[in-house]
Amino acid sequence: MTLDAFLGHFNYWVFAILLMIGFYAVIAKGNLIKKLVGLSIFQSAVFLMYISMSKVEGGTAPILQAGVIDPIYSNPLPQVLILTAIVVGVATLSLGLAIVVRINERYGSIEERELLDAD
Amino acid sequence: MTIVFALFLLTLLVVTALAIVRTKNLFVATMLLSIFSLLMAVNFFILDAADVALTEAAVGAGVTTVIFLSALRLTSQFERGTLASSRWIAVIVVVITTVLLISGTINTPNLGDPNAPVHQHVAPFYLENTEALMGFPNVVTAVLSSFRGYDTLGEVFVVFIAAVGVMFILDARQGTGPEYELPVDKGLKHHLIPRAVGGLLIPFMLLFGLYVQFHGEYGPGGGFQAGAIVATAFILYAILEGERTALKAFSRNAQMALIIGGSTLYGAVGVVCMLKGGTFLDYSVLMEDPVIARQVGIIIIELGVGMAVCGALLSIFHSFAARKPVEHAK
Amino acid sequence: MIDVAIEWLGNTLLIVGAASVLIGGIGVIRMPDLYSRMHASSLTDTMATLALFSGLMLHSGFTLATIKLMAIMAFLLLTGPTATYALANAAFRSGIQPPSSTNTNNEEKSAP
Repeated sequence: MTLDAFLGHFNYWVFAILLMIGFYAVIAKGNLIKKLVGLSIFQSAVFLMYISMSKVEGGTAPILQAGVIDPIYSNPLPQVLILTAIVVGVATLSLGLAIVVRINERYGSIEERELLDAD
Repeated sequence: MTIVFALFLLTLLVVTALAIVRTKNLFVATMLLSIFSLLMAVNFFILDAADVALTEAAVGAGVTTVIFLSALRLTSQFERGTLASSRWIAVIVVVITTVLLISGTINTPNLGDPNAPVHQHVAPFYLENTEALMGFPNVVTAVLSSFRGYDTLGEVFVVFIAAVGVMFILDARQGTGPEYELPVDKGLKHHLIPRAVGGLLIPFMLLFGLYVQFHGEYGPGGGFQAGAIVATAFILYAILEGERTALKAFSRNAQMALIIGGSTLYGAVGVVCMLKGGTFLDYSVLMEDPVIARQVGIIIIELGVGMAVCGALLSIFHSFAARKPVEHAK
Repeated sequence: MIDVAIEWLGNTLLIVGAASVLIGGIGVIRMPDLYSRMHASSLTDTMATLALFSGLMLHSGFTLATIKLMAIMAFLLLTGPTATYALANAAFRSGIQPPSSTNTNNEEKSAP
């Protein structure tokens, strides 16, 4: 595997590793808040993949500059998608945490094993 | 040299994520998640995404941490063990999926390849036509507010729904006794240094939020970032002065009015465009010159987005902060 | 001539700032108890901020970027030590004692 292939794909490998770390926290941890933290890591990994796809070598941020001959800009479209996704992510995270707070008040615990045994 | 820095940051991300999953103290996990979001924001900046980096820093490292801490106050801080039997199955599934994902990236284009398919079809249209159709430099704002304005309208409604949902779940009355009233504030009254520094910083944060709101067309910025920054300023005020004083400064009704006003403003601009003869959210019919008309339309809807995001984040924070922690006999 | 001197001074300040960050990091790992570790990390808050930002300002010359760097430096100098103070205060209130001759290991207070 050449250095060129390694450097060209390292972002995507880090994306795969972060995705699976977050997913492991969701499925293997018993605490509800830890699951939500894992979900947050999962989301951030997906953002990393999209923004890595939008990078163009030798480009700058997609803000048009006057008077520059033959400029190269990075792709603006994935950045727009991820801007929306970040705010939606925090909205759904806060809803999830609100539900966990109510579960704690009702059952007295947020551990999955105790919640399954209680009902 | 930038490549070494980028590789180092990505490795730090993986190390931080591993530390977050391994620790049993949820407070430590929240703080590490904040560091993770900040590292991700720096990574976005290295990958030329200035708007996204600003949003991730403001929303991810700022607001998400505060909401997690508010939730931790209402639940417990420590985590007990995992389900012992299913842990090995989880590890095997995770390892197999990682290998499959990495093997799926073998023949994909390299990072930054200008001939990759993602750069070929739609993006050159936006990059070439923004100057002619909109007249301002920030292509990301042009695509977000005008070329793909429908998606942003849907996203404002999602934020609205989340704020209302948290209000339904957490503003339900806990009980009728006097211990459920909001306490007389101490805030951080006995801590002189945070109050002095916070009092110095809050006006500048509000000013910066306003700057980011109205300069979204000429540099990184726009409604989302500005809403998050202004909401953070008010959250800092609430932490320093206490819940009751903060609600006197900016009441729940005012927050709800901001959310509703922002969403309605956005929809109203679309309807006015229809009334003037164009299609929904076609700003070019608002005035005689279509370029100026698009700029006017974009400023108004960005204001709507900023109002909605600010009101929603503040409302979510106050829903968490006003709830009393309930003691359970274990 | 003066340009070369300014550039050298800027580079020296940047190296001093980087060395301060490194020393602060080593201190955080190697110090024995909580309060000494916070003291070591506050080196990063103040000395590194001053040195790094002064070096960057010298490299930028008299442009708008220098004023922005000055504003960021003022913000960091305000908020860094405040965070260290809040952390130390919270640690003291939750019972972690600073080391003394009878308490060399940050033991908890015996009475609430």
